[in-house]
Amino acid sequence: MSLEQFKNRNVGVQSYKTLDVGTTPETGMEKFTQVVKRSVKGELFVGLWVVMKRMLQALFQNDMHTVKYPFEKLPISPRYRAIHEMLRLLESGHYRCIGCGLCEKICISNCIAMETRYDENQRKEVTEYTINFGRCIFCGYCAEVCPELAIVHGPRYENASEQRASFSLFEDMLTPIDKLNLQQEYDGFGAVSPNADNNIKQTPLAY
Amino acid sequence: MSEVQTVDNMISITIDGTEFKAKEGEYILNAARANDIFIPAICYLTRCSPTLACRICLVEADGKQVYACNAKVKEGMEITVDTPNILEERRAIMEVYDVNHPLQCGVCDKSGECELQNYTLELGVDSQSYMIPDTKRETTNWSSVLHYDAGLCIVCERCTTVCKDMIGDSAITTVKRGGAELDKSYKDSMPKDAYSMWNKLQKSVIAPSNGTGETNCSDCGECAAVCPVGALVSRDFVYTSNAWDLKRVPAVAAHSSDGAQIYYEVKPTSIEDRTEKIYRVTNEWNYVSLDGSARFAYDFQNTTASKDEVAFDSAVEALKKAETIRFNSMITNEEALMLQTLKEKMGVKLYNPEVKAFQTFLNYYEAASGNSLWTTDTDTIMKNSDFVIAIGCALRNDAPAMKYAFNNVQKLNKGAGLYFHPVGDTLIPTFGKTVEVFNHKVGLEEAALYLVLDLFADKEKLPEDVKSYIDSFKKSETKTIKEKEVKTVKEMVLNEETGEEEEVSKKVTEMVDKEITVVTNGLVDLLGGDASKFDAAFEKMMKKKESFSMMLGEDLYYHNKAENIAKLVALVEATCDIDVVMTPPKSNALGVALLCELDEAQSGYTVGYNENGDFKLSALGTGDLDMPAMNQQEGTLTSMNKRVLPTNAAVEYNGYELNDLMKALVGAPELTIDWTEQLPTDRGFKAIAFDDLPNSFENDGTDNRGYRLETSNVETELPEVEKCDEDAVLDGEIAYRCNPARQFNDFTDKSHEIFETFSLYASTAKAESLGDKVEVVFDNGSITLDVVADEKITGDIVKVPDFKAAEGVYDLFGASRYKTVTLRKV
Repeated sequence: MSLEQFKNRNVGVQSYKTLDVGTTPETGMEKFTQVVKRSVKGELFVGLWVVMKRMLQALFQNDMHTVKYPFEKLPISPRYRAIHEMLRLLESGHYRCIGCGLCEKICISNCIAMETRYDENQRKEVTEYTINFGRCIFCGYCAEVCPELAIVHGPRYENASEQRASFSLFEDMLTPIDKLNLQQEYDGFGAVSPNADNNIKQTPLAY
Repeated sequence: MSEVQTVDNMISITIDGTEFKAKEGEYILNAARANDIFIPAICYLTRCSPTLACRICLVEADGKQVYACNAKVKEGMEITVDTPNILEERRAIMEVYDVNHPLQCGVCDKSGECELQNYTLELGVDSQSYMIPDTKRETTNWSSVLHYDAGLCIVCERCTTVCKDMIGDSAITTVKRGGAELDKSYKDSMPKDAYSMWNKLQKSVIAPSNGTGETNCSDCGECAAVCPVGALVSRDFVYTSNAWDLKRVPAVAAHSSDGAQIYYEVKPTSIEDRTEKIYRVTNEWNYVSLDGSARFAYDFQNTTASKDEVAFDSAVEALKKAETIRFNSMITNEEALMLQTLKEKMGVKLYNPEVKAFQTFLNYYEAASGNSLWTTDTDTIMKNSDFVIAIGCALRNDAPAMKYAFNNVQKLNKGAGLYFHPVGDTLIPTFGKTVEVFNHKVGLEEAALYLVLDLFADKEKLPEDVKSYIDSFKKSETKTIKEKEVKTVKEMVLNEETGEEEEVSKKVTEMVDKEITVVTNGLVDLLGGDASKFDAAFEKMMKKKESFSMMLGEDLYYHNKAENIAKLVALVEATCDIDVVMTPPKSNALGVALLCELDEAQSGYTVGYNENGDFKLSALGTGDLDMPAMNQQEGTLTSMNKRVLPTNAAVEYNGYELNDLMKALVGAPELTIDWTEQLPTDRGFKAIAFDDLPNSFENDGTDNRGYRLETSNVETELPEVEKCDEDAVLDGEIAYRCNPARQFNDFTDKSHEIFETFSLYASTAKAESLGDKVEVVFDNGSITLDVVADEKITGDIVKVPDFKAAEGVYDLFGASRYKTVTLRKV
């Protein structure tokens, strides 16, 4: 795009094509003729036939073209940013979050808060974690900044709830331990790039 | 006498082509820092000796590679900070530091304030060329406050350096790590400095120097403050917060009279409770060193306060009928001025046993010397002085800043020191080889000052009577000493072969008594020293000494001959080349002393402010009306260094302040800090509004916080001094009013990271003989205390703390810091 075009801010004028919509009927007779023409055209029956064909297919050949929401849901893009999920390590089942606080820091609507402590195993334990979904704008920065891919955006887009608090705590977002085998690796923003291996420099190890 | 920085001793140097002025004899690094030039350095601490552990401060000076922390500037020196060779060295050093450093930056408590991280990025380390097997290093707790993660440690030795050179505890040191040997091929392939740095690093790790796993130190936490990585952290703080979440509130350490600069670091208490809480205290550690109370006694705020109108009204009534207001030194200048205003307008008595004696002593001193305040401060002592004398000051307990200065002079200025105190302390002699300790009998502080006069005074200037009094202690003694003498003895021995008697001469060594004349200084003996050895020791101490200073402590203010002592101090200043600094006992004692006219005793209906009384105003949450604690209010404090320093509110306060009471009683401005401008200029204060007070240090370490009190000096004649009153000497069982280090008042006691208990502190032997618990019986009452052994105390004097106002220890001791008592086992 040349700079000149870029600077033309009269959007909607320059490169649109106008469709031929015919003439607008003026007299009462003309209007009547237009209605009759449109009503009794064969297209109406084409439409009826298509609907009937699909209905018969659905009823007798089990070939359904709609999704029975909320019983069925379409798969959504891994880049979709819905309610956050907290993932676990596949090997140990321990939560991935290391409590670094980067999500808390980067959050532009300042809705993440966490508490950490020094635990008995000399590790940083996340004792409390919460996202205020009343403020969250689902920008995805938290998932992008997370060095452990611990906090990610899940596909759960149904946010209706009696209380927002019902999915804002760590335990609510954390993969249930018995569903660890169902945990999906995250492919959205912040995920490891497909060519990540090529970008890594090796560190010499003497042992 | 203090060295004035004139244009004369400034020299010019060139750094990277730009000309700068620098102080003669200064290290290149400090000169660069003072001029805002960046030279990378990890291990160097401004007021400590160069360690040469990190070696990245390598620069080129006049064509030669030198370490900037260790090489002094010379006139016309040309310095290049980066040359290709130096950059290569520095990069190699940073690569070495990164070898096997745990990749746990995400959880590390440094959270991005890490010098290792900064320099790694600064020098562009993006690959690693060196390797060595790692050694397992355990995480340990060194004390109730110190947490050491050896795995993260880069052994820059900043902690050991600050502990030795500044704090004086020398509680930590480098020990063997037991790591793998470096590959021999590195010696040739690596840059030279990087190799030798690595060689040393690979062998060492930090540990308590007493050989146990625990440091036996004053728990000041300065080692944790200077740690460039997350290896040393306060136990309470480990993994609780990222640095970036904490809001820094510039303030002044509230408990001791040091007036140390601190930041309260605050953030919300928890997810549920969003009120702010202090998580830790940090400081500008290159310019100021904190003691344990400043660093760890921070959570003493009054959280229960609310605007209780009923209590407020009864407080107004109580103040209206009050005859006395009793308070202590835990009060800002503004509040002190308010109380003084109450005195002036309502005729109420002001009673403050903590400060009264100090104020009286200051008046005596001013009358005798003509100086409105003492003549030097701890910063100047550290910069210039090379001989310090401490009298009447329990260095380890009373005044941390004095202890640091005393120690720093020994370590950095090749100094010497004299320490006069009745209570033996094993730590003071370890400050330096030329530190002489006199554990004199209680009450002989005058004799100590006479000894100072004898040793340092210009004899021409001394009044005749003083001179002859001092000379009266000198005794020419004829002493008999045993000496080895070799004698030749002739004997008649019967020769067995021949049967004849023969004369044989033998050499025999004999001990012979010999008489010599020695001039002994009776003052030295009187003070518990050994006069026969002192002369030689003193001669050694005096070698190459130019700048002398004297530290005076609370013992002198509470001495029954305080007036004479103040005169002697004035005489010392007038006749010797010695500057004097005094310790205000606790917190804002100097401010109170300057602002309030204190009365001798309390009487009638008493309102106590953080003290006992018929009506109690208290910031501890236990009184009849709540008041804000020092970390909840704005205001100024007057420090030992004669500065008026602004402090800010770190945490929320919801109740009434003293200013509200003032409004109801006599009328007052809107805010407490509106009083700042009204601080009396005739007492040295300046009419500067609180918000206009600066609060920073300059790059070269100049303290720019607040302002310095104006001091005046009037020419006076030499004071008439009395002789030392040797009858005042206390004998028998003696109790000394002295707090354990880190404890100063109820507020330090309230803080959760201060663990020192309200007990009787005694030497190990004494504690053993006393058992677990004793009743200390005074003339006018008694107090029952647990006995705690303090390894660093020697002798039989026991220490009774006074930090709990409710225990009324000041009343038990009365006008003295030492009392003869009876100790009864309970």
